[in-house]
Amino acid sequence: MAKRSAPEVNAGSMADIAFLLLIFFLVTTDIATDSGLNRKLPPWEPPTEEPVVIKQKNIFQITVNKHDQLQIKTRGDDRVVKLSELRAEVVRFLDNGGGQGEDACKYCKGDKHPESSDNFDKAVVSLGNDRLTKYKTYISVQNEVIAAYNELRNREFLRAYPKLGMNFVQANNMYQDPQTDSEEKEKLKEKLQTIKDLIPQIFSEAETKKS
Amino acid sequence: MSKFKKKKEGGLPPISTASLPDIVFMLLFFFMVATVIKEDNLKIENSLPSADQIEKLDKKQPISYIYAGKPSERYRSTMGSESRLQLNDKFASPDQIKAFVAAERAALREDQKPKLIMALKVDKEANMGLIMDVKNELRKENALKINYTTKKGEATSNAGR
Repeated sequence: MAKRSAPEVNAGSMADIAFLLLIFFLVTTDIATDSGLNRKLPPWEPPTEEPVVIKQKNIFQITVNKHDQLQIKTRGDDRVVKLSELRAEVVRFLDNGGGQGEDACKYCKGDKHPESSDNFDKAVVSLGNDRLTKYKTYISVQNEVIAAYNELRNREFLRAYPKLGMNFVQANNMYQDPQTDSEEKEKLKEKLQTIKDLIPQIFSEAETKKS
Repeated sequence: MSKFKKKKEGGLPPISTASLPDIVFMLLFFFMVATVIKEDNLKIENSLPSADQIEKLDKKQPISYIYAGKPSERYRSTMGSESRLQLNDKFASPDQIKAFVAAERAALREDQKPKLIMALKVDKEANMGLIMDVKNELRKENALKINYTTKKGEATSNAGR
């Protein structure tokens, strides 16, 4: 009798095994979608230190109550505003440029109201929350404040570096992109820092009020 | 001529499934490469708020996650319905953050330690009181780089109530 050949292995269940693995990986993994608002917290300081005195006109006070309503204090009066109006108000405050003499703001394009901020370095945005404020409202307010800063930084970036053909946010994204080469990054870093120094984000979060 | 009828000629030949495993393996490899294994099992509700001024979080940097939100349905009877923190796989209180940050730092190389980012993944319905406590604890621990993880979208869409 002729030598028997090895029987062929049935590969029909291979697909089942592969499906099983596939489903396992689908269930246990997560497509990376992490992005968000980067912030830096102020260092912890003992509360005994003397409070820093800031001129009232340089403070833009935002207060959010437990019903998620917003109130702003600027130009000497209190007002209840909608979230959609907040960005324009913050821009108006930051861009005011009411400073005189050495406080004068070179690039501000605001209406130089005497009761509003002197210049970009002096302007402080302060945010106060109630303990019962919803997190989503807090994030929306943060987002609008960052948007206001980005709007001005974009404008100043385009003014200072018109040849690059991109604004601050685009340049920042390019800087953070791991595919940008390091030489390019160095150049961008310098320019980004110049704009960040021109318009610093001075953001103060007051202690939450007791409800 | 044979007694038996010949098979019908007209029928479609069966489709070969021999290449099916190859296709599925290809999918499998795609998912293995494009995804990461979930860090934590969530015991809380975690629908993130949306924002549009966002920056991407670089996965190469060291990131620690702090979750907060209402306990999910099955834990509600024991944990109540108030917003809670979750660190790693357990419910936690804000004073446990100190130990959490220390443990996360200890797991890193020396030069990576100052780069640690704390990503706050907080449910949009959570109260700010809890978040303020967390932030104060982080400030005490000198873990100052934080990221409010959000979805991409219009920030004003959060306000709908």
